[in-house]
Amino acid sequence: MGCIELMDYTILLSHTSFKEGREFIKVNFKEVYAVEPGYKIFDVYLIGLSPIVIGVEDDCVIFPYVKPCHGTFVIRIESDEEVENLRSAGN
Amino acid sequence: MAKKALLLLGCPELPVQNSIAAYLASLLKDAGLSVFVAGTDAALRLLEVSDTKGYYIGTESMIELDKCIEYLAEKRVDYDFCFVFVYNEQGLSYLTTIRSISNAKLFAIIFGTDSESLAGEIDFECEKLVSRAVHNPMPLVEMIEDTVIKGVKRWAVSN
Repeated sequence: MGCIELMDYTILLSHTSFKEGREFIKVNFKEVYAVEPGYKIFDVYLIGLSPIVIGVEDDCVIFPYVKPCHGTFVIRIESDEEVENLRSAGN
Repeated sequence: MAKKALLLLGCPELPVQNSIAAYLASLLKDAGLSVFVAGTDAALRLLEVSDTKGYYIGTESMIELDKCIEYLAEKRVDYDFCFVFVYNEQGLSYLTTIRSISNAKLFAIIFGTDSESLAGEIDFECEKLVSRAVHNPMPLVEMIEDTVIKGVKRWAVSN
């Protein structure tokens, strides 16, 4: 996961499909933003089917992370900056 | 300057991926293209060992998958052709992402038992080569000879 592995993250869903991960975020979080594949969050470019949905709750972002051999993970990381980036882009 | 082709490999779980990658690289190289390969570490090591002397792909032309995405997204590099190997949803995710961040002419090489349903989920324009191949590469070899190489040569002449 690059630098994300070194961050303080919580895995909410693991080894799932991308679509299930997207649905999980849509159903469980009121504030969601749609971005295109390749959107940069932290120091990674998100991989996924369009649209990629990112949830926001308090000061955390909740997003899908695709690993080629392991499927999709939905992870939650605290970051005021990434929350602000999403809100200001207003997607 | 030679046209550039990128082969983007997924998890090397299905045997046909590695042999088709080496075969395709060989044909593209013979057609005059510079060939690069991005993939997971295991996929690259498989190719490296299969092509020990680097006849088809030199290790200097291999790129770690995350780095490849980073360079494309940051517009530090792009390719004329990109061949994305797809046999599961993760492969589709990479294909869709490449479509968003690259201007390359896109080919989806879709294989494995779910190939038809995966191909049906692609709702944007790209050349699709679809086969249920898992172990036997020959159906894909025929498609590549019929479609890809002729297409690449045609495109190269017209651009």
